[in-house]
Amino acid sequence: MPTTVPAYGKEAAERLASMADVTATDSALRRFLHGLPGVDAVGLQARAATLGTRSIKTTAKAYAIDLAISMIDLTTLEGADTPGKVRALCAKGINPDPTDRTVPEVAAICVYGDMVATAKEALRGSGLQVAAVATAFPSGRAALPVKLADTRDAVAAGADEIDMVIDRGAFLSGRYLEVFEEIRHVKEACVRPDGSAAHLKVIFETGELQTYDNVRRASWLAMLAGADFIKTSTGKVSVNATPPVTLVLLEAVRDFRAATGVQVGVKPAGGIRTSKDAIKYLVMVNETLGEEWLTADWFRFGASSLLNDLLMQRQKLSTGRYSGPDYVTVD
Amino acid sequence: MPVFEYAPAPESRAVVDIAPSYGLFIDGEFREAGDGKFFKTLSPSSEEVLSEVAQANAEDVDRAVKAARKAFESWSALPGAERAKYLFRIARIIQERSRELAVLESLDNGKPIRESRDADLPLVAAHFFYYAGWADKLAYAGYGADPKPLGVAGQVIPWNFPLLMLAWKIAPALATGNTVVLKPAETTPLSALFFADICRRAGLPKGVVNIVTGDGSTGAELVAHPGIDKVAFTGSTEVGKAIARTVAGTKKKVTLELGGKAANIVFDDAPIDQAVEGIISGIFFNQGHVCCAGSRLLVQESVQDELLDALKRRMRTLRVGDPLDKNTDIGAINSAEQLARIRELADAGEAEGAERWAPECELPSSGYWFAPTLFTGVTQAHRIAREEIFGPVLSVLTFRTPDEAVAKANNTPYGLSAGIWTEKGSRILSMASKLRAGVIWSNTFNKFDPASPFGGYKESGYGREGGRHGLEAYLNV
Repeated sequence: MPTTVPAYGKEAAERLASMADVTATDSALRRFLHGLPGVDAVGLQARAATLGTRSIKTTAKAYAIDLAISMIDLTTLEGADTPGKVRALCAKGINPDPTDRTVPEVAAICVYGDMVATAKEALRGSGLQVAAVATAFPSGRAALPVKLADTRDAVAAGADEIDMVIDRGAFLSGRYLEVFEEIRHVKEACVRPDGSAAHLKVIFETGELQTYDNVRRASWLAMLAGADFIKTSTGKVSVNATPPVTLVLLEAVRDFRAATGVQVGVKPAGGIRTSKDAIKYLVMVNETLGEEWLTADWFRFGASSLLNDLLMQRQKLSTGRYSGPDYVTVD
Repeated sequence: MPVFEYAPAPESRAVVDIAPSYGLFIDGEFREAGDGKFFKTLSPSSEEVLSEVAQANAEDVDRAVKAARKAFESWSALPGAERAKYLFRIARIIQERSRELAVLESLDNGKPIRESRDADLPLVAAHFFYYAGWADKLAYAGYGADPKPLGVAGQVIPWNFPLLMLAWKIAPALATGNTVVLKPAETTPLSALFFADICRRAGLPKGVVNIVTGDGSTGAELVAHPGIDKVAFTGSTEVGKAIARTVAGTKKKVTLELGGKAANIVFDDAPIDQAVEGIISGIFFNQGHVCCAGSRLLVQESVQDELLDALKRRMRTLRVGDPLDKNTDIGAINSAEQLARIRELADAGEAEGAERWAPECELPSSGYWFAPTLFTGVTQAHRIAREEIFGPVLSVLTFRTPDEAVAKANNTPYGLSAGIWTEKGSRILSMASKLRAGVIWSNTFNKFDPASPFGGYKESGYGREGGRHGLEAYLNV
């Protein structure tokens, strides 16, 4: 197995260059993606369900809750977002539980591009990242120059991470190389003047890709194009992250690293609201990828209401009693 | 130490109350064995004595058969819908007591609670529900307008799925109007005795179900008893052959569900991740104590390396240990005797030149344990490719073409089950038509349903259990 390098480094780019033959033409890329092993839906769902029966108690639960908190991309993506709302969310991300300073901070605050500067300012001095959704999020229906401008704007405003959406229309009609090139262009747009770059998360909107085979192909396509993270959903359609879909992503990053040595992160997003759900995802990461992925550098939750449930469960563990929604902050 | 270490999550033992000793269940009552003998039943995960159970002798068996004969008259005369009421009632009580029964089963058998809770018990209840539904519809089963029961069924069941095998035997027998004398396995008698209590609570008429516990000699007495009309046996091929010899030339109808050495065939276009899961559940489900276990992996040479890497990686995540821990994947081997047999065959595999591999795993110091084990470089000539190991040991063989896969898969005295892994539908159908096995799974393995008949070819036995076909074994047709 090749030595491991992170997807966001220079070495990763060299590794990907060695796969250039696969992405040279539309037909080569199609042959490669369609040559990936198929996914048996029944078996996949059964595996995800079985992992969901793991019983995580006491010390393991305490560990998992803190780990989950530290992996959250605390998100607000509403038309009604204001600087005030974003600042409140940032404060919450830094100090999730005002009564307990031992609670870890979340991984990042995820906002629309125009809120990046506000978030950046509010998070100054903390370890939190600012993630911005870009590329005509959530539908992705805009011309490439618009998407690139969207991305550059967010990066210029200080975004540490860019969450882009793929063109599902192009993917579903089989124009894989177009999707590939688009991701590459966005990756280039993530580069700052000083040569460093915002990390790129690529959202598939798996609820629109529909089949697990498509999800696996999209995962490989995005990783070949240089994705630092692959992400299930925008949270804006009816079906968002599910355990089986996330399991396909996890298997894809595992296989991609085995093939190229490049390690890519995974972010399920949308619909993960309870501690119980979050712990199921962590179990899935643990038993599919192992501890190398069990950090906020390699696994994230895209969520908003999840944090409060984790805090309530954390209080329950430390006090033995359930407190209630008035003992966590609303944002 | 791993970063994300799962804390112990034991299911509570307090939900099950095991008496210090149990008698025989004959004619609706528990009674001591004629000569007052008992034997101990152990928890294989700790060697702790769980209870003492009566050892039935010839007179006890005779008493049980007579009770069943007496009950047969009125039971068989009941309208099917009335018999169904009892079966539905039994099924519901099983569901209500499923947690208790799951813990009991894991204690006495050694299987992980995750399996007894999520597989055994739901299937047990489903089996009674399913055959309850048939009881008043026998005229539509395809065996004539008014098919008659046989009489008294003598049933001998194994230790691998104690309560599930009981359900497979008792549910169709009762639905069709037979009465039964059942002998549970020597190492796992407890759930059958709890079932006896369930029969009482369901108000089942006395003598319809009788449970006689004991060792092989009790089973032999039951099978040879002239008062029974039907023998149903699940267990080893060796004992099955002895039973067939015993009943030869008598009026008794026989069904035998015996051993297996199933081939799990993985083609190069298989969904690899799911195939790995299927291989794992095929051989490590219930510690490999499964007659239809996929104990021979036939993998196409072109994907052998990739598949074995994935399989080993997956095997490293298997959690071996306390059967009552909800996170345990592989529990204890059922008995010292079985452990010795697994060890002997595994050692033979090594001695004959196959390459042995097992993930690092710490086994408990007391009880009977065997780490999940993989043998590569196995050929058709090795003992571990031919003999049923009945343990968590997988033999890996390779093939180059579909014809070679069929030839190797069928090249065994057994023929109980087989698995096919490919994304190509036409290949599934063509393979299934050529494999000589009673059950063929495609892109899955070890899936059971009461509506689906189960049984073998060749030395895996004859007769079918489950589904409409399962009625035939208990009807005079």
